[in-house]
Amino acid sequence: MTNYKLSLENISKSFGTLKANDQVTLDVRPGTVHAVLGENGAGKSTLMNILYGLYRPDEGRILVDGQAVAIDSPRAALAAGIGMVHQHFMLVGQLTVTENIVLGMKGQGLKLDLATHVRKISELSQSFGFEIDPEAEVMKLPIGMQQRVEILKLLYHNAEVLILDEPTSVLTPNETGPFFELLERLKSAGKTIIFITHKLDEVMTIADDVTVMQDGKVMASLPKSDTDPANLARIMVGREVLFQVKRSSHASGPVVLRLADVSASNTRGLTALDQVTLEVRAGEVFGIAGVDGNGQAELAETIAGLRPVDSGRIFLSDSDITQTSISDRADKLGIAYVPEDRHRDGIVLDESVAQNMILRTYDRAPFARFGFFNPGAIRDHAERLTSAFNVRMQSVDQEIRFLSGGNQQKVILARELEGEPKVLIVAQPTKGLDVGAIEFVQQQILVQRDRGVAVLYISTELEHLLDVCDRVGVLFSGKLMDTVDSSEATPERVGLLMAGVAA
Amino acid sequence: MESLLNPQAITEILTTSLRLSVPLVFAALAGVLSERSGVFNIALEGKILAGAFGAAVGAFFMNDPYSGLVVGMLFGMLAGSILAVLGVTFGVNQIVTGIAINIFVLGITAFLSRIVFGAQANTLRLPGFKAFDFPGLSSIPIIGPVLFGQDLMVYLMFACVGLVYFFLYLTPWGLAVRAVGENPAAADSAGLSVPKLRYGCVIAAGALAALGGCYLVLAQVFLFSEHMSAGKGFIALAAVILGRWNPVGAMCACLLFGFFDALQLRLQFNYQEVPHQFFLMLPYLISILALVGLVGKPRPPSAVGRHYRREAK
Repeated sequence: MTNYKLSLENISKSFGTLKANDQVTLDVRPGTVHAVLGENGAGKSTLMNILYGLYRPDEGRILVDGQAVAIDSPRAALAAGIGMVHQHFMLVGQLTVTENIVLGMKGQGLKLDLATHVRKISELSQSFGFEIDPEAEVMKLPIGMQQRVEILKLLYHNAEVLILDEPTSVLTPNETGPFFELLERLKSAGKTIIFITHKLDEVMTIADDVTVMQDGKVMASLPKSDTDPANLARIMVGREVLFQVKRSSHASGPVVLRLADVSASNTRGLTALDQVTLEVRAGEVFGIAGVDGNGQAELAETIAGLRPVDSGRIFLSDSDITQTSISDRADKLGIAYVPEDRHRDGIVLDESVAQNMILRTYDRAPFARFGFFNPGAIRDHAERLTSAFNVRMQSVDQEIRFLSGGNQQKVILARELEGEPKVLIVAQPTKGLDVGAIEFVQQQILVQRDRGVAVLYISTELEHLLDVCDRVGVLFSGKLMDTVDSSEATPERVGLLMAGVAA
Repeated sequence: MESLLNPQAITEILTTSLRLSVPLVFAALAGVLSERSGVFNIALEGKILAGAFGAAVGAFFMNDPYSGLVVGMLFGMLAGSILAVLGVTFGVNQIVTGIAINIFVLGITAFLSRIVFGAQANTLRLPGFKAFDFPGLSSIPIIGPVLFGQDLMVYLMFACVGLVYFFLYLTPWGLAVRAVGENPAAADSAGLSVPKLRYGCVIAAGALAALGGCYLVLAQVFLFSEHMSAGKGFIALAAVILGRWNPVGAMCACLLFGFFDALQLRLQFNYQEVPHQFFLMLPYLISILALVGLVGKPRPPSAVGRHYRREAK
């Protein structure tokens, strides 16, 4: 029984009244990829932060190679051979790759011998095929490379167990394949990998064993060969999950939203949209794919009226709305907008759910009369919408910051869809949501489409786009590369366009 | 203008420039060190004053400038510790804490100086550091007396610039300090103690800034007077920005301010028909112009002024 590389025994951790981990037990075989699967808030990150010494468990113990170890700091974790790559990288952008890697190393002497480290890191990097320049400044490296720096850092510190927290969430579909190959190489070098994810297909691709968590508890722990995606999903969510959201095929109507040669600048004054021309028809979901930061945010903001165009025109059913104000677009013309950054643009975190529900309509009857709020009407309105959208919360008076991401997104959707819009712009609506919430959001989008709304659906998650969209356009450095019909849009084809390779 | 350009006048202006720059350089080094670790140090002014008072007390009771130096640095470290405890441990806003320290030191030193020195405060002549010549080198024309005819603390200042530079850029601890100032979460994750590093830097910065105050007392005026720091801590703060949080850059910025201060003194003397207030403005005008006309945008350490707490979620 002692041939496990790492064992967690009966780990519990509470934050206030919330039990984030409840008697969690987990055994990891050496030289394997062990996936820890669960929805957001299932307690995966808390467990890993305990393993990495950032949190202290209330009870339970950790064994490495059969020996109980006390891990009370990241340094102690590294000393026990456990290293972690966080979802948000722990790199100092202003320092070089080598400086980041040697940061915090013991026994350096008085003067830092960077030249020797550069040489050793270069050798290590080559032996695993990382292709990293050890003297590059980290902030100038692409995200995929920064992730490799994080892994290289752990290897250089002789970590035997690598914890990877949602590692693919920052990668493009085309980067995921090479990343998995890298994990295979690490595995054959004898490293043990704990892979935290909420994506089932990744578990099926890369994992040897899988542990499923829900509400802070381990629901199941089994070899991958003993399970299948549907089974895992059922354990994870606690109910059946539809994999293919049902999409009825029906003819789309006339063009509702039209962009003609629209160019716009980003906040730094650089060109973010470069002569984009597109048409969205009534009853159609038009997807925008692309790697984050290629003009998606600017496209959504331009149509919603938050960002002025530099040139070009925007039409709504043949009338030019390029100069129309934000509120007119939303109220009179029926353009609904679900912004990418929920917390910054979608809701007011410190206000109640009910207040957030009337952000668009707060100044008119029945919510306001003679310049005063009508609390009864505001509450009734919120009660009605939250039950229609199945928002889980304590009451409509609860501050919205205490709701989960999925429930916050439901509040925004409920508010935006209430006025029966003609056009719906949704930017990254599934970002950070778990399987159940994603399913809900996508179904709502399809309901709107079937109602005849012209939907523009922007997402960096290609699978989600292909599930829902009728046509997909790809943005690459501000240009619309090509538009592909969903029947012909394979991940490979769209992936190439996302990398800037024209078909 | 002729009288400004003869070799003797140039030597005099440069010597005065350097002497006026010394307190600024010590304080600016303190600012660089503390801000690199992520702690905004608006308390430089108070630390200079604490150092000056400590220097006067030490030199007065022990009748020896070295004791003045030690006591001065201790007082500066004490002021630094207040900033560290409030700003790093308790997470009190660092600007508010800094302002509080400045006001507190101003009051307490004025009060204590009356108790310690009494009526003789303004007639006192404390022991101090005298300028000395390096034989041969000090007779090099124009720059000889400037560089090789100074007192001990001037050389100590150059040594400190070198030391801070070496520390920040060539040692593992310096790397740790820079990391803590840019991304404390990353440093924490690498097993470094963010509070320990910040405490170390802020207290060491207290000692460095205090040396600036020691210089005022032990090498310039040989007595303590109320509010003798006279805004030098704030000019040093500007020099930190102008020098891009680099010890050598900050020193150059201080030398620039010192030069214009020396120049305006000389101009006041040479052109007595012009109201002296116009010349007095010169160094401050230059600081404003230098900061406004700076090429490129200065980029402070990302985490400066921000409290770091691990389990903050």
